[in-house]
Parts: sequence; structure tokens; C-alpha cells
Amino acid sequence: MSMKHQTPLLDELEKGPFPSFVKEIKRAAEHSDYAQDLLGLLELSYKEKVTHWKHGGIVGVRGYGAGVIGRYSDVPDQFPGVAHFHTVRVNQPSGFFYTTKALREICDIWDKYGSGLTNMHGSTGDIILLGTKTENLEPIFAELSSRDWDLGGSGSAVRTPSCCLGAARCEWANIDTMSITNEITQHYQDEMHRPAFPYKFKFKVAGCAVDCIASIARADMSIIGTWRGDIQIDQNEVKNYAQSGMDIQKEIVDMCPTECISWDGSELKINNEDCNRCMHCIAKMTKALRPGSEKGATILLGSKAPIVTGALMSWVIVPFMKMEPPYDELFDLVDRIWEWWDEHGKNRERVGELIERLSFTRFLKDVGLDPQPAMVKEPRRDPFFFWSEEDVAK
Amino acid sequence: MEKDELKKIIYELVEKSMGKKKLKQSDILKKVSADHGVDKSEVKAALRELMDAGELIFTYFGGSFVEIPPKE
Repeated sequence: MSMKHQTPLLDELEKGPFPSFVKEIKRAAEHSDYAQDLLGLLELSYKEKVTHWKHGGIVGVRGYGAGVIGRYSDVPDQFPGVAHFHTVRVNQPSGFFYTTKALREICDIWDKYGSGLTNMHGSTGDIILLGTKTENLEPIFAELSSRDWDLGGSGSAVRTPSCCLGAARCEWANIDTMSITNEITQHYQDEMHRPAFPYKFKFKVAGCAVDCIASIARADMSIIGTWRGDIQIDQNEVKNYAQSGMDIQKEIVDMCPTECISWDGSELKINNEDCNRCMHCIAKMTKALRPGSEKGATILLGSKAPIVTGALMSWVIVPFMKMEPPYDELFDLVDRIWEWWDEHGKNRERVGELIERLSFTRFLKDVGLDPQPAMVKEPRRDPFFFWSEEDVAK
Repeated sequence: MEKDELKKIIYELVEKSMGKKKLKQSDILKKVSADHGVDKSEVKAALRELMDAGELIFTYFGGSFVEIPPKE
């Protein structure tokens, strides 16, 4: 199929050393009208420096209020192939593990009903199928469902939970991230498919504080694997690191954020009481150091990207929770948080913003959590703790 | 309260608010539950039946709302 539209500006984006989305859309345009007109529309946007997309509206599949993001062009007569260009979000498997058969299945369905263009994966973690018409949504959903796929979250709902690879490929995972993610997904199916909240709510599960999935910055609730007890040290392996050229003082001791490590040239000592379990030393000296033996997770709440108001990072609400099936303690906590958010949250107010508005003290009191030192972000400057009259009287 | 009656109350609430205020699912649960002394879970179940039957739909306009589908 020859190109319908001239794209001199987009062509520039193919010239650099990096993979180009333009090249991929052009490949798809060889057999897709959607992709042909997508190139034309995009070229127009680059030329006029203005978007020609409108999003939202009333598209979806029956019974669900999430999983389809309506998208329309404001110049449909010029580019009829993308007059409707809805996105379908498909719930990804935990840890992004697929068989090639599963990937072919998704691509075959998408070639049949959509543009053939995908984004593996979107920033929330879903499989993103880019561009289809309204009349194709129910058939796509029927085909996906018949093969045990389901749509993901969108709108004011639980977004598709995601996680790092966890114990599947990483020896440092303190929790079974994939099991937790799957259980959260199954437990909150209704909240994921039928938007009931003031705004979106994201779960991300990281196996350790290295936090490869950046859950602390991207999830309303970050579940991060940690441990209780002392870091296990193999002094012989520490010496091996030193003998093979590692500057332990510079690379380990001086980099410890709580200054709890010392090294006298022959023995590494850790004051575990002061350790904040950041994983820096363990990740640098993988053979010499291991996490403590009692595993669990730290639960953090409140991060978000700068949409509507500024970005926030999650902060600790439960320093240590045993994460064992059936995860009732976690679900009970989540339900209490949602009830509070539902009661007090304004439209489009994330839970972190609500805590900032009403105070962390109020959140802890209403949700039934006891204040603990690990919750303090910045000693002496933390904005969430205030003395009450009763505290002063004491 | 019978589920059909509850469904009628929910539908009428959404219908009355059309063009004035977009209702979120939680607005409906709170309002119907408070006005008629019905548990929120019952309201939620009735609302879900209306959704599954296509009598009400979710829409997205900077947030997710419950509305009556447009006439073809």
C-alpha cells in the first residue's frame, strides 16, 4: 500500500540513532488504513503545533466503565481512518510473562479489529491496543474474554495493578510480588471495572527497596518488600570484595544514607537499629550481604504524577506487614483507606492530595493507624504532625 | 426494598440530574442509601444490574460518571 499522506516533518524523526515510532507506524501503514491516516493526522499536528485528538466520552463495553479510552479526531473528514481511534487497555499478566502463543493471540485479534498498533506496555502496565472504531469494541471484548483476557482499569477506578519480576528472576525479592499483584487484581475486580472512586487509584508491588518499578513515585499504594532483623553478613566475601578492588569505605560506608555501616579494613559492621533498609549495600555487595530472614512489606501511600496538581511521593503508613496469602490484613487496610477517601475526597482528588488537604494526623486517626517514627519523612520538618490540645496538656 | 424498586429510584435519580450535575457512582450510593435507608451494597448491586442491562452507562469526562445512554 502506498502512503496516502506526505510526512516531511515525521520523516525527520526516523533519522536519529534511536528506534522510531514513525518507522513502526509506517510499517503498519502498509496494511492498515488506521495507520495511514494516523500518520497524516500526526503530520498535521506537528505542522500546526496543536493536537487534533479529543478524548473521553461515552464509549465502553457493556457493564464495564473502564478499559476503553475514547479518542476522536477533530478533523474526521480529512482523516476518516482515525475519526474514531479508541484505546483498549488489556490487563497484563503479573511480571509481564507471556508465551509467544499469547502474544500472537493478542496481535491477531488486534489486526482483525484494530489498527494493529500496540504499546507494550503503557505506563500503568497494561497492554495498550491503540486505535479502533466504536462498533468494534464489543467484538474485541468478546474475543479477548473468550481467550481468558480481560480489560484493565481506566478512569476513576482501580488501575491495573503491576509489579516487578520479583522472585521469578530476582534473588533480592523479599515478597512474592506476582502473587500479591494477582491477588489484588482478582480481589478488586469490581473496583477495577466499575469506576466508583473520586479519581484513579494505583497499586504497584516492588520486591525490595531498589524499587525497579518506581512504585514510590508512581502508585497511590506502593507495596515494597523489606525485612525485619539484622542484615546477614559473610565477612569472607566482604574481604573478597576489598581484595578485588572495591573501595568499601567510599562505595558502601560513605553512601549509607543513615551512616549505620563501619569498615575497619578487616570487618564490616552494621548498626541494624539505624538501618532504613534502602538496599544500597546489599545491591552493591551481592555475595557478602543478604536481607534479614523475616520478610514482609512496607506499605506506602500517596504518590502521583503532576496531573491536576503537583507530583507527590508515597510515604510510609505501615512500616512492616507480613505479606502472606490470603492477604486479609492488606485488603482490610485498603478498604478502610478507600472508605475514608470516598467519604472526604473531592472529584479528581487523589488519596495523597486528600491527606495533604486534611492532614496526615487526621488520616491516621480516621483509618485507625498508630503513628510511628518510620512515618516521618523529614525529622523536625514533617508537615503532617501537629500537636493537639490533648498532647500539649500531657 | 425490592431490587426493581431500587433500580427505578436509581434510574430516576440519574435522569433528574442529567444536564445539571454529572453523578459519580459514589454519589448515587450515598444519596440513595441515605434517602431510603438501604445498605450501600444493595444500591451497588441494583446499579450493577442497570449497567449490565445497558440502561445506564459509565462515561468519562475528566472523571468517571454514571449516565443514561444517548438515544440512537
